[in-house]
Amino acid sequence: MLSPQYTKEKQYKVLVAKLGIDGHDRGAKVIARALRDFGFDVIYTGIRQTPEQIISAALQEDVDVIGISILSGSHIYHMKKLMEGLRSLGADDIPVVIGGTIPIIDVEELRRIGIREVFLPGESLRRIADVVRELAKEKREKESYRG
Amino acid sequence: MPSFSQLNLEELLNRASSGNLRAMGKVLSLLENPYEIPKNLLESLAKRSGNSQVIGITGIPGSGKSTLISRLITSLRRNGHKVAIVAIDPSSPISKGALLGDRLRMQEHATDPGVFIRSVSSKGLKGGLSLAALTMIEAFDAFGYDKIIIETVGVGQSEVDIMKAAHTIIVVTMPGAGDDIQALKAGVMEIGDIYVLNKEDKEESRKTYEYLLFALEKGDIGLSDSSWRPRLLKTSAIMGKGIDDLAISINDHYDHIKKTGRFFEKVISRRTLMMKLLAEQLLIENVEKIYDGMQDKLNAVARNADKIFIASIEIAKRVCSEIDNLDVN
Amino acid sequence: MTYLYDKRSINEIKDSLERWEKEVLPVWLDRVPERSEGFTTLSDIPVKRLYTPYDIQDFDYNKKLGFPGTHPYTRGIHATMYRARLWTMRMFSGFGGPEETNKRLKFLIEHGETGLSLAFDYPTLLGIDPDDSMAQGEVGIVGVSVPTIEDMKIMFSGINMGEVTTNMTINPPAPVLLSFYVGTAEEQGVDYSRIGGTTQNDPLKEFIAQKSYVFPPEPAVRVGMDLIEWSVKNLPKWNPISISGYHIREAGSTAVQELAFTIADGIEYVRQLISRGLDVDDFASRLSFFWDSHINFFEEIAKFRAARRMWATIMKEWFNAKKSRSMWMRFHTQTAGVSLTAQQPWNNIIRTAIEAMAAVLGGTQSLHTNSFDEPFRVPSEFAAKIALRTQQIIAYESGIADTIDPLAGSYYVEWLTDEIENRAWDYIDRIERLGGMLEAVKKGYPQREVTEASYTYQRYVEEKKKYIVGVNIFEDREIDEIRNVPLLEYNQEEIERRQKERISKIRASRNLERWERSLSELRKAAEKDINIMPYILEAAKARATLGEIMNTLKEVFGTYVEPPIY
Repeated sequence: MLSPQYTKEKQYKVLVAKLGIDGHDRGAKVIARALRDFGFDVIYTGIRQTPEQIISAALQEDVDVIGISILSGSHIYHMKKLMEGLRSLGADDIPVVIGGTIPIIDVEELRRIGIREVFLPGESLRRIADVVRELAKEKREKESYRG
Repeated sequence: MPSFSQLNLEELLNRASSGNLRAMGKVLSLLENPYEIPKNLLESLAKRSGNSQVIGITGIPGSGKSTLISRLITSLRRNGHKVAIVAIDPSSPISKGALLGDRLRMQEHATDPGVFIRSVSSKGLKGGLSLAALTMIEAFDAFGYDKIIIETVGVGQSEVDIMKAAHTIIVVTMPGAGDDIQALKAGVMEIGDIYVLNKEDKEESRKTYEYLLFALEKGDIGLSDSSWRPRLLKTSAIMGKGIDDLAISINDHYDHIKKTGRFFEKVISRRTLMMKLLAEQLLIENVEKIYDGMQDKLNAVARNADKIFIASIEIAKRVCSEIDNLDVN
Repeated sequence: MTYLYDKRSINEIKDSLERWEKEVLPVWLDRVPERSEGFTTLSDIPVKRLYTPYDIQDFDYNKKLGFPGTHPYTRGIHATMYRARLWTMRMFSGFGGPEETNKRLKFLIEHGETGLSLAFDYPTLLGIDPDDSMAQGEVGIVGVSVPTIEDMKIMFSGINMGEVTTNMTINPPAPVLLSFYVGTAEEQGVDYSRIGGTTQNDPLKEFIAQKSYVFPPEPAVRVGMDLIEWSVKNLPKWNPISISGYHIREAGSTAVQELAFTIADGIEYVRQLISRGLDVDDFASRLSFFWDSHINFFEEIAKFRAARRMWATIMKEWFNAKKSRSMWMRFHTQTAGVSLTAQQPWNNIIRTAIEAMAAVLGGTQSLHTNSFDEPFRVPSEFAAKIALRTQQIIAYESGIADTIDPLAGSYYVEWLTDEIENRAWDYIDRIERLGGMLEAVKKGYPQREVTEASYTYQRYVEEKKKYIVGVNIFEDREIDEIRNVPLLEYNQEEIERRQKERISKIRASRNLERWERSLSELRKAAEKDINIMPYILEAAKARATLGEIMNTLKEVFGTYVEPPIY
């Protein structure tokens, strides 16, 4: 008996966003392209984004993972706002990862506020893709309303 | 609030209908593969839809279309409309994934509760793109977005199909784009209801304006509806000029088609198209699946070129009957 | 013609080279194969095993090199170069509010720095006030917050503005910051003729790389040109623009793209200024450049040399400049921030030293050396001091600065200089065909090229075709080494609060009538194509804030949102 649900490989969707007002988009663009080449659908929202804009985009696009790039040193301030925003909307099951110029002493704090992974400068693209895929898979598996 | 992952479909739909962004986003995802979800979900959506004006906006690359749409959203919002945007991204179909950046220019509206932007990748199966866009229209319509903007680059058959399913077709051009306009002609250039010459502050703008005006008067373009006199507008999206006039023209066209009955005709033709695309996609996917499952047999037939055509047709017939017996839920 | 080699010598060299390749080399290759099948520079230029006179056989000495201080200035713009005066050691610095930065500037002057260079925070770079909602959490982090003339006055208290020169890395709001600076100097009693320094004021590269644009390309260029025109007429010692390759390179371009796009930017500006009715010789000597010095040593040196030769050719042959100063490419260099690693951070001191040597061998007029802790945060005093000392060791110990252009005549360096120049001309041709850089930027051409190059490079690193020590070779997960880097500590929240407090006090205490008039006059000038500089200067003196001035201009010019380019 054939099932009508032709099971295509699921396409994971990731939001890549520049939070804050720094214009260093080299890393974000490289990551966006790499994730695409690793098979993800990637939404890129450009520079100078507020936490509110990023959250709206993530919800409207129904992404599986939110990836943030910050190189302005203001990561703790902005990420706290982002995570609070997600929580207040009951959307904190969407995993959030971050990369950029982040001192190692800030990693623990970022983890504590719920960031699932902190990528330091020099991280390999493959590892980033692997981590994002795992997080996306984990999130999708928890969802029950799929038929 | 219970976690989203624990909601059942009905609860999800209820939340979506009450304006919850997350739930709407999720429903749209489910609609990308409509036969994977119970049809009563679709029905409850369709029951409430059929009221919104669907506005197809296309234009040549570089015409400033995204910025124009962003300004148009502002203008429509000022007049109290709820606006949904389906941004069909012209990303390269070569790689497996897709990079969707069209909403970048509209991000200023991201936090406006009366605006919903959703990206669709133009890659994938034939017809899949149009189908996703059409099911999304039904959903946005049901969710009360009374202006639904579909943005495409206007090339390729499936994009032309989507444009034809819109109530109001807007074609955006820019000064000095003569050749590009020619290239568009085969596509949607000739069926615009409203033509917009953006970047009107640029040199050559007068020449292009006159060219377009002439083409309109001669009846080379603007042929979608004989009862409507197509309009040609000048805008400068970046400076916000001419945008309110565009919004007014969109509403004029709405009033016009409501009066002539063309509004409902379009809803019907859009749904007819959806029906056909659904069948097409279901068929294609199943054909692929069945053929994938009998690779060995196909290889054997192909290797042994003896009676290859007879064998191929026999297999094809069998596959058709297999699909015929399919129990589509 | 001044050929280095005659035909007969070249033929003999060629013969012996072929003999060497046939008889000597194979034995060695057999015994110890080479490390890689092919070697390339960071710009992907293939590097051969060996360079000989045969590679530069048609080398015309006088045409290609000449002498220091003579056309085409390949060997340096001054006849005496560093034997007379060392380059200016200019450390890019600034953080927190004007109080913190005032202290840091005095510290650097005390340790032998010879020119100031200000780093602004993001709100200042984008022309927004500290109390703007977009500025929250960003005030005083990557640089100093200077939203009013009062902040500038605090920053320069106790520093004589007639004696130092100051570089300001500022772009869309450059006219505003220059007005704060000029206004402050005036209050110190310094005459306009003694005010020296640089405003970066390079609008085109904002769209290509730095991405701190505010206005769309056309008005952005107009604002930049207004500043240049005003400055040429009023501030004889000021460099009104620093045409910058640095950010283009840092955004991931190759050395060739950095060179070509920056020169193409320069060409666009020269045309813009000429079309305003200025004589090329009246302003060309005020144009300065700014390069990156990356880690591929010889490629960088070749780039600097090619840059001088190209600019001299362009100014002389394209624009008919008459004065030799108009043909000089004077430039500042910064070592490559992007080459620094968070892993094994102390290695960054070595990278910076190599890059600084390349800049000196390339004949730079001023130099900033990065601090090793910059992958993490704005430098600590300790780290900034090591970076400054690096320059001083090169200047005073190494002997590198004791003879002019010592690498001239190296077969490899001369070949590479030519090769980079040729590749850069190809790019410039393409940009000319697109209608010049302003048009090319509007079409997204350089943006796409840079994005493509940065992705290619990242893939090379991923595939270990290019090595970065501590990142993809000789890695260790020595976390303590990173943890033990002493980072600059300051209370950002406190600084943000103080900056907001100051600005609201200024808003409450200024002469409202003068303030309002200055802004409405500015708006009229902006609408009418009148040079906006005098109006901005008046607004600055009327205590209009940075954000207020920029918002007035935004209302006239619009703001830019970039198209998606990958």
